[in-house]
Amino acid sequence: MKLTGAQMVCESLRREGVEVMFGLPGGAILPFYQVLPQYPQLRHILVRHEQAAGHAADGYARATGRVGVCVATSGPGATNLVTALATAMMDSVPVVAITGQVPRNLIGRDAFQETDTTGITLPITKHNYLVMETADLPRVMKEAFYVARTGRPGPVLVDIPKDVLTETTEFEYPEEVSLRGHRPVLEGHPQMIKKAARLIAEAKRPVIMAGHGVIISGAWEELRELAEKAQVPVVTTLLGISSFPSSHILSMGMPGMHGMAYATLAIDRADLLIGVGLRFDDRITGRVSAFAPRARVVHIDVDPAEIGKNVKVHVPIVGDVKRVLRVLNRHVEQATHTEWLREVEELRREHPSDTIRETDKLIPQYVIRQLSELTGGKAIVVTGVGQHQMWAAQHFAFKEANTLITSGGLGAMGFETPAAIGAAVGRPDVPVWTISGDGGFQMTMYELATMMENDIPVKVAIINNNFLGMVRQLQDFFYQKSYVATGYTHNPDFVKLAEAYGILGLRVTDKVQVVPAIQRAIEHSGPVVIDFMVEPEENVYPMVPSGESAAEMIEEKLEERVWLR
Amino acid sequence: MAPVADHTITALVEDKPGVLTRIASMFRRRGYNISSLAVGHCEVPSLSRMTFVVRGDDATVEQVTKQLYKLVEVVRVSDISSENLVCRELALVRVKAPAAVRSEIIQIVDIFRANIVDVAPDSLIIEVTGDVDKIDSLCNLLKPFGIKEMMRTGRVAMTRGAAMVEENGHGQAG
Ligand SMILES: Cc1ncc(C[n+]2csc(CCOP(=O)(O)OP(=O)(O)O)c2C)c(N)n1
Repeated sequence: MKLTGAQMVCESLRREGVEVMFGLPGGAILPFYQVLPQYPQLRHILVRHEQAAGHAADGYARATGRVGVCVATSGPGATNLVTALATAMMDSVPVVAITGQVPRNLIGRDAFQETDTTGITLPITKHNYLVMETADLPRVMKEAFYVARTGRPGPVLVDIPKDVLTETTEFEYPEEVSLRGHRPVLEGHPQMIKKAARLIAEAKRPVIMAGHGVIISGAWEELRELAEKAQVPVVTTLLGISSFPSSHILSMGMPGMHGMAYATLAIDRADLLIGVGLRFDDRITGRVSAFAPRARVVHIDVDPAEIGKNVKVHVPIVGDVKRVLRVLNRHVEQATHTEWLREVEELRREHPSDTIRETDKLIPQYVIRQLSELTGGKAIVVTGVGQHQMWAAQHFAFKEANTLITSGGLGAMGFETPAAIGAAVGRPDVPVWTISGDGGFQMTMYELATMMENDIPVKVAIINNNFLGMVRQLQDFFYQKSYVATGYTHNPDFVKLAEAYGILGLRVTDKVQVVPAIQRAIEHSGPVVIDFMVEPEENVYPMVPSGESAAEMIEEKLEERVWLR
Repeated sequence: MAPVADHTITALVEDKPGVLTRIASMFRRRGYNISSLAVGHCEVPSLSRMTFVVRGDDATVEQVTKQLYKLVEVVRVSDISSENLVCRELALVRVKAPAAVRSEIIQIVDIFRANIVDVAPDSLIIEVTGDVDKIDSLCNLLKPFGIKEMMRTGRVAMTRGAAMVEENGHGQAG
């Protein structure tokens, strides 16, 4: 059948099973928008800024495990996608971005709204295409989706000149892709898997470290089986949170810079570290030479380049986490590790970083605890970046798989609101909460309009300390409390702001108001914004200063504490 | 510290616009050093073969090969440093050659089995092919006469014997 380039893009999206995309039009991409009504199965959500389109596609992808799609025009539309693409790249999220480009005869002439989009996005996409022939569109679209979701997922950008979108040619969608340079290895090497099982059998103090790869490959059952069968405590990276139920007796939470002190110390004592679907990021390892100094390392990941990149690995296993764990579980012997588990419990008692201060003041940690309680730990939580993100990681008890969505690798403030929109569109069956800082919230708060317009009932919790809190904390610890450029003295009235968008706004200034406000938000059917005006100068503990090791960890000294469990 | 050495890496890549940019960008972004790079068509029409010389310790160079692999348009990568290799490079050297020293230069050129490919009133262009050492020593001998311009292609390499530069032990990147 003969189609225009624009119709080909829609037809390809339809065949890839796309249900929804997030975008904002402009001249170069307009031919695509004009044919959209011919494809009623393709829902388009109009955002207020392309960064939000990218983050929403990302949030949708993380929440559903499907490929998220965003659309922007050439020039400023495409450059506005940059932060979102970099976020998806760092956190291995399958996103396809479609951008308009100036007509082919104008490329390279600094035409109006021309930018070298493939050039700009080259290092922040898994792959990208500039489509110079309409006939190439079906193959490119097919490849884009394939590359985005297979192996280690990531964002792929397709840049399409306007006249490629309007030209008509024969459309035939390829059945298969043939990419000689992209053939991910999914099955782990059997010999290596056996070797790993042997190391686990020999270990006295094993620790499993679970990362995003567990969630991406949907391996929570397999992870749980491994942990239970060999009785190995599980720590998770920030993106690995919710790959293992936090209420599980073997769950140790997150180690690292702002992780649970006992988790960090357990790694320090471990004689075997089993890394599953992660990349040993510096926020986890601290100074690499002092990381897990007593441990042999098994590393399972689908991306061979991650193995041996940051830490020395004794047993490398390249493959899909779920498949590898299935085989590994067959070889692993039942074990008890009673003594080690007792030692770990002791560490937990001596270094209890999952407790909070007993106080009548409104502290952020308390707010997170109550959110966790009142949602039953079953909401999808989308966070911004900063102190509130770390408190969410520490104090929200995630009960269901894949329920924390956060910008881990890039640490992009402003991610939360649009990503939550994407998550809520993808998972309308689950309540979606954002946990935001007053700083980050203001970077993308205009998306409240998108929420309201499209009936997307996200609940927004602003942990409002009138500071760029995490940076203020650094100034507190390392710059003699010199709070340069981190205080906000004229934040808007967030309740009125919510109301301006037609959204229910609630303000909480006192501890006793926390529970009723959260309850009210849960009962309300539409979006809600709660402004929690918390103690301004709370710090996140513990803290392993950047580039240091477990030995340099700063812990909070508490007289009165409240235990999580 | 692990020993730092020159490694010879060959890669088969899709012959498509932008491939070189992707590779160069990856090297720059990750702080790897390419001391030489040569690209050209190969026996398969839609592919090019590249030869890199990368300086680094074994772990760094292993990362280089893996990161190359991750690029969708890179089909195969092999670190062939430890193999028995034929390595060649070509250089063009414009050297000052007034009549008084010309015969001396021609003698040197003969010893190295190099060629004189252009003759001007006071200079010659010499073409030489060989491994890096051979080219370096020729250049050293020519230096006293005055090298006005020099251009080297960078190393191309092939393993000796029947084996083709093909499979590798790293698997493919996701
Ligand atoms: C886009 C962006 N700009 C700057 C930073 C650096 N940064 C990290 S945390 C932080 C403060 C965040 O403040 P807020 O959103 O109010 O959260 P809080 O730390 O107070 O909980 C800043 C500025 C960042 N991560 N992202």
